[in-house]
Amino acid sequence: MKSDDLLRIGNDIRRRTLRAVHHAGAGHIGGVLSAAEMLAALYFSVLRIDPQRPLWEDRDRFILSKGHCSIGLYAVLALRGYFSPEELQTFDAIDSRLQGHPDMTKLPGLDMSTGSLGQGLSPGVGMALGARMLGKEFRTWVMLGDGEIQEGQIWEAAFVAARYGLDTLTAILDWNHLQQFGWATSTGYTNSSRLDPVENPVAKWRAFGWDVLECDGHKPEEFLASCEAARAARGRPSIIIAHTIKGKGVSFMERDYAWHSKPMTDADLERALAELDAADRRLGSGS
Amino acid sequence: MSTQLAQREIFGDTMIELCARDPRVVLLDGDLANSTKSDKLASAAPDRFFMMGIAEQNLIGVAAGMATLGLRPWVSSFAAFIATRDLDQIRVVVAQPNLNVKLAAHYSGIMTGYTGKTHQVVNDIAIMRSMPNMTVVAPCDAIEARAAMLAVSEFAGPVYLRFTRDPAEIITPADHTFQLGQALFLRRGADIGIIATGGQTLRTIAAAAALEREGIQSTVLHVPTIKPLDAAAIVEVARSTRCVLTCEEHSVFGGLGGAVAELLGERCPVRVHRLGLHDVDGESGPNQALIEKYGLSVDDVTRAARSLLATL
Repeated sequence: MKSDDLLRIGNDIRRRTLRAVHHAGAGHIGGVLSAAEMLAALYFSVLRIDPQRPLWEDRDRFILSKGHCSIGLYAVLALRGYFSPEELQTFDAIDSRLQGHPDMTKLPGLDMSTGSLGQGLSPGVGMALGARMLGKEFRTWVMLGDGEIQEGQIWEAAFVAARYGLDTLTAILDWNHLQQFGWATSTGYTNSSRLDPVENPVAKWRAFGWDVLECDGHKPEEFLASCEAARAARGRPSIIIAHTIKGKGVSFMERDYAWHSKPMTDADLERALAELDAADRRLGSGS
Repeated sequence: MSTQLAQREIFGDTMIELCARDPRVVLLDGDLANSTKSDKLASAAPDRFFMMGIAEQNLIGVAAGMATLGLRPWVSSFAAFIATRDLDQIRVVVAQPNLNVKLAAHYSGIMTGYTGKTHQVVNDIAIMRSMPNMTVVAPCDAIEARAAMLAVSEFAGPVYLRFTRDPAEIITPADHTFQLGQALFLRRGADIGIIATGGQTLRTIAAAAALEREGIQSTVLHVPTIKPLDAAAIVEVARSTRCVLTCEEHSVFGGLGGAVAELLGERCPVRVHRLGLHDVDGESGPNQALIEKYGLSVDDVTRAARSLLATL
């Protein structure tokens, strides 16, 4: 799929996320906006999947370890045909399949339940190890937040994945440079001034024995090239460290930690949607 | 002395048996294989044994990921680490998604080979039985441990199995078939009902024999499945005796005693006394000394039974 088409889908994920969060009156925004193009590229180009057969044994697995960004995953699943996009408006409602954090017992298409941070990479290790044992050729992809890699379990999993040489396992780090609250800088706590959740992740992952790839997470062609390079990894797990902007695509949300999770006013929503529509118009009519 | 056998020894043997029987069974170890006797499988079927290092949180997540593929992973570590260090992992990626992961919790209770309190957990039953979707099993001897493993391996869901460390007497018949959720009447008598679980059942049987010599007739109910609880059997004990004594190598908070008291409070209120550890951790020491200090000996059980009867 062409890069512009993925950018357009990314914006559609953003729009649907904002509408659903506004409707629910709660939900995480910033970390979905930073990952939108990558979710679009994964579900429309990278993953070997079949929306008609969400439990197909040979499908690629995808784990959203940063489970608080569930609505972004639901949006891309709906756009890819797993369920009707209308259902997105049930997000967070009672009896909804679209829980605040992904619940694999409720919604087909979710390969793992996540939410308690730092736990998503380990099941990915289990899937890659299990695939090897079962002689399956599927790949396992795990999206990590830059804040959650503060959790020790991530590094337990990183160590074990390298020890087993799991080259069908690829992590994607959404390095958007903000976490929910974070540490103050020398100028104190301001909305856009926070210490980076992680310093030099490239060196850290390399030191753990992973193949490290870097890209601009908002440029689909770069992200897709990294995914191809990850497929070529042999004998080691790989990680794509994606440079992103938290809140990307909505000017007043970008680089502001407060939009990690914050209710929108009607005016906020209108302004955000207008900006995204304008961005789509700049992309042209498309193919 | 009768034949003695350790639950961990038969655990290793039974893992080999399960792997031979079912190509989907695998074992994940937290670097304790030579303690838990998982090393038997590591030698017999190395392709089914996955060493996960000293990284217990990841251990649980890896097992969960494997379970989503239809594999049948068993996780082997000490009860203390599984029930407490891994608690959030078990809650989020095993119990909540109801994945088919078996948790082999070795070195349960306080008789853990001179390790002291860090390697003992006295509230694991309380923790695990309060967790939605979790099944909790505590066999009394090695033969029952094997039978329980065979039974739970056919059950598709998370199970916490509580194993003891040291060789102990065998009371289970060699051909015993374990029925998940079924308690076993080991003796019938009208004076007092004694309900026990895990290795403490062995000391309870000895206590019941001693009580009989004093003219006190007891019913002894062994409860190897603490969740789901065999409510009918426990109510029957309460209805057919004058009072109920629960016995476990575990805290009196929330374990078997808690489960029995909750049930009988609602279904058949009778006088209940809970024997177990009273809001304390264990310590290092020889088994007999530990049992005596923490009130779990045969004499402690008979004393508790007499005291309870004396209050009626």
